[in-house]
Amino acid sequence: MVLIYNGPIDVQSLLSSWYSAEHNRNYGAMVTFVGTVREEAGIEALSFDIYRPLLDKWFEGWKRRLEKEGALLAMAHSEGDVPVHTSSFACAIFSPKRRIALEMLDAFVEDFKANAPIWKYDVINGKRIYAKERSTPMAGSGLLAKD
Amino acid sequence: MVKVEFLGPIGKSPVEVDASTLSELAEILKKDPEVAQWLEQSAVAVNDTMVESLDVKLKCGDKVSLLPPVCGG
Repeated sequence: MVLIYNGPIDVQSLLSSWYSAEHNRNYGAMVTFVGTVREEAGIEALSFDIYRPLLDKWFEGWKRRLEKEGALLAMAHSEGDVPVHTSSFACAIFSPKRRIALEMLDAFVEDFKANAPIWKYDVINGKRIYAKERSTPMAGSGLLAKD
Repeated sequence: MVKVEFLGPIGKSPVEVDASTLSELAEILKKDPEVAQWLEQSAVAVNDTMVESLDVKLKCGDKVSLLPPVCGG
């Protein structure tokens, strides 16, 4: 299951808890990715909506894929407002050797961007504006527009 | 009746409609201007499983979700 934070992720305690839980289970590599909100285009924060039932299904699919490689996946994401210079996304992959973790992290984050049911908004002057230009239609989009 | 929910930025409250296939549901939603503009860009899930065919049968109590373009992270 994906860990959902209401607002920014407490990155230090999250990464510490992931490391503590797994470091003595004979994984030779722990690779992490943390996404932090940048100050740009006048935003004061990013804001997120999440559809949890499908996010968990998507995540469980990735977890099974990594288990076949002997690797373990963990992920956290924020819901609601995340101010600039705080973090909204974190994931970690543990694997026996580094190569699997490094390669799978890249594939996982790319698919996350394209298919995780999460919607992003810029927060400017307290107003939420859908980040339409930066968003990607999910696989199978347009089904109900067909004739 | 089938429950239709509009996720993320579509920002519309769920509705209940009478449709026995996704094809029928599509015809109903195309008539709603608030929703029609999102159809081209939205993916579809039935009971929280992504679907890619209009032939999917719907039964009373099913939940259909419209998922507009995403951007996590």
